Amino acid sequence: MSGEDLRYRPPVPVLWWTRKLSYFVFVMRELSSLFIAWLVLYLLLFVRAVADGEAAYDDFLDWATSPWLVVLNVVAFGFLLLHTITWFSLTPQAMVLDVRGRRVPPVAIIGAQYVALGVVSAFVYWLVTR
Amino acid sequence: MKFRVEPFLWLAFSGGGVMAAMILPVLAFLFALAYPLGWLDPPDHAHLAAVVGHPITFLVLFGAFVMMLIHAAHRFRFTLYDGLQVKHRFLVGAACYGGAAIGALLALHMLGSAT
Repeated sequence: MSGEDLRYRPPVPVLWWTRKLSYFVFVMRELSSLFIAWLVLYLLLFVRAVADGEAAYDDFLDWATSPWLVVLNVVAFGFLLLHTITWFSLTPQAMVLDVRGRRVPPVAIIGAQYVALGVVSAFVYWLVTR
Repeated sequence: MKFRVEPFLWLAFSGGGVMAAMILPVLAFLFALAYPLGWLDPPDHAHLAAVVGHPITFLVLFGAFVMMLIHAAHRFRFTLYDGLQVKHRFLVGAACYGGAAIGALLALHMLGSAT
């Protein structure tokens, strides 16, 4: 067997994901990837400004108050929260944990991740402000 | 056995997804919103420069950022492919992973300049 694949594939409309809320949330969750990439880039620019000295650091904080950038960052943060919440909720499905032969309930795995998020956030906040 | 790169991409996708879920929210909240908008007093420059210049900060941020970029590239590849029905498999892959590779070099350069 060689050559072209002749099986029929019905065309899928580009906006198939607007027909149902769960499809829409799925595509929005996938789209969070773009905003994660943007936030990484933004943080790299921030690090460069810090490295360039105090004046550059102050300029950067000023620049970051431009309305378009605030809107972009608020939207990006919203998508990031969507990523975090959906990621934590999916973990028990991707990872089954057994302790002494008993399955750890999904709610415990989800809860543990929120605790870890809290610890990491508190540590970062302490590190940058102490 | 044939060597396949796909499992490693999925591994980086998962690692980057965990990083983005765990450490990105606090960084984005502080540096993109709270400090510029004055909700919290920004830390003084000398302290921040010392934190950013530490080799451990470099290692943690570089590792986390590169994994997040691969995560984003991998996921966006499927957003284009399945979500928006862009079926140019090679072009989409090249653009997504190429973008992540450029981002990784940028991360090396910018984080390196601060160390």
